[in-house]
Amino acid sequence: MKSAAETVETKYFNFAGPPDEMVLESGKKLGPITIAYETYGRLNENRDNAVMVLHALSGDAHAAGFHKEDKKPGWWNDMIGPGKAFDTQKYFIICSNVIGGCKGSTGPSSLNEKTGKPYGLDFPLITISDMVNAQKYLLDYLGIDRLLCVVGGSMGGMQVLQWVASYPERILSAIPMATALKHSPQQIALNEVGRQAVMSDPDWRGGDYYGRTQPERGLALARMIGHITYMSDESMENKFSRKLKNGGYNFSFKPEFEVEGYLHYRGDSFVKRFDANSYLYITKALDYFDLSSVDNFLPADRKIDIRFLVIAFKSDWLYPSYQSREIVRKLKTRRLDVTYCEINSNYGHDAFLLEFPEETRLISHFLTRVYDHAKNK
Amino acid sequence: MQKINDKNLKPDHRIIFDIVETGSSVLDLGCGSGELLNLLVKEKKIKAQGIELREKAIYECVEKGLSVFHGDIEGGLGEYPDDSFDYVILNQCMQETRKIDFVLMESLRVGRKVIVGFPNFAYIRSRFNLFFGGKAPVTPSLPFSWYESPNVHFLSIKDFRDYCKEKGINIIKTYYLGSKNTIKAFPNLFALNAIFVLGSVI
Repeated sequence: MKSAAETVETKYFNFAGPPDEMVLESGKKLGPITIAYETYGRLNENRDNAVMVLHALSGDAHAAGFHKEDKKPGWWNDMIGPGKAFDTQKYFIICSNVIGGCKGSTGPSSLNEKTGKPYGLDFPLITISDMVNAQKYLLDYLGIDRLLCVVGGSMGGMQVLQWVASYPERILSAIPMATALKHSPQQIALNEVGRQAVMSDPDWRGGDYYGRTQPERGLALARMIGHITYMSDESMENKFSRKLKNGGYNFSFKPEFEVEGYLHYRGDSFVKRFDANSYLYITKALDYFDLSSVDNFLPADRKIDIRFLVIAFKSDWLYPSYQSREIVRKLKTRRLDVTYCEINSNYGHDAFLLEFPEETRLISHFLTRVYDHAKNK
Repeated sequence: MQKINDKNLKPDHRIIFDIVETGSSVLDLGCGSGELLNLLVKEKKIKAQGIELREKAIYECVEKGLSVFHGDIEGGLGEYPDDSFDYVILNQCMQETRKIDFVLMESLRVGRKVIVGFPNFAYIRSRFNLFFGGKAPVTPSLPFSWYESPNVHFLSIKDFRDYCKEKGINIIKTYYLGSKNTIKAFPNLFALNAIFVLGSVI
């Protein structure tokens, strides 16, 4: 049974209207901007119990609880709620959809006020830093001076690292999970294959497909590739092995292995909920990400007093654990307080969305310590 | 000096506890489930960082509120600037570490002082075991049979003294532990465990 407390709604925050558009990393301006966000729990009187949860590539603001009439809860519901790692009886949790996305925040499918039509490719290229800058506007609007914690996996982890680089004085702790300080050539290559799949679909029409069908085949193919990279050899063996849908070979090119059916299903359901241009813009933002220079990541002239919990997963080959250890190495050069754990999971990159007991054990105690420490200061 | 009245405290932990000064920063290499660090944090308000290889122990450390790095000792020491810690503790794991020389030199670089604790292979019972029994020694401080021992190096107190001399490592203080008491005379013969406090390389 769903209790009333679990029913949540997405809220919208509008800012950067002309002439105060937000200046992007590229130098271009974007505005007005809408950010879709959700909150769980209550902001306390001192406004010092806020946690910002940052989502991955295809995520959205709906991290926990149920929308009215919905059967499925938010994407991190196992981690956020009363008594969970992000305990809503104790903390105030904020999750916002990134700019460039298609889940309520301004992105290429949003209406361009100048033309009265969806942006399409007129939408400026954005970066992880631009996403974080937009979140900072939201934080200011909510009247929160310092976040107890910023947390996220994969692209969410990059936003965590960018928060550290851009606004270290606004955060007390950071939990980057299954992420990296920069995209490697392999990661860029996989993204480029996905983008080419979208752009080579004739329905893409140079990004100008709104009001028609979107490039479904291309986007589904990109998502199929993506899903392969989110699993591991072992998790695919466990999940599918060589199982056949009909028990025997058809001797045709129709999907007959269960793994084929799974990928088709994933691809097909993705095109119903995600915009192809958003996929291009967000993967590009991932590829531009590079905080590998310690001067950019942890500038020496800024006071950084942040506690870190860095989490990697053993079978994650998309964001291998050496990339997390690289984050730790950079933190050590500044003598920062850091805990690192490589969780022995066989789920591959998907593990950060699945390994709740281990994550809960680490995060709940880590957060409690940060919270108690801040209160005693 | 603050003394602790905990009868369950292991003798080597008691000595290290007494050595570490209140309010200092400590890196514990091979910190296990963080017992010693936790005690030091609670009683001596130290700033603690651990390094530990076993995943299960990482969770136990985090539950105690400790900061810990999941990995091997060799890989965990790099990148720290010189003198990042007041103490680096290397207790009962040096004999399991492959690149001892590298680990000790890195510890001396990263820490102002290094506390090394190790089992003495030249303990009298070990000598008897080997000399009269003709068998690889099994003692309270070296409790493993040859086929299950994690130890890759076997050293005596004298060996370690010679090593420090050869490398120009300054030995600040030494402690020798028997089965019940500290050992004053002929430690290389009667001590089960030794604890050395090392300073900079001269």
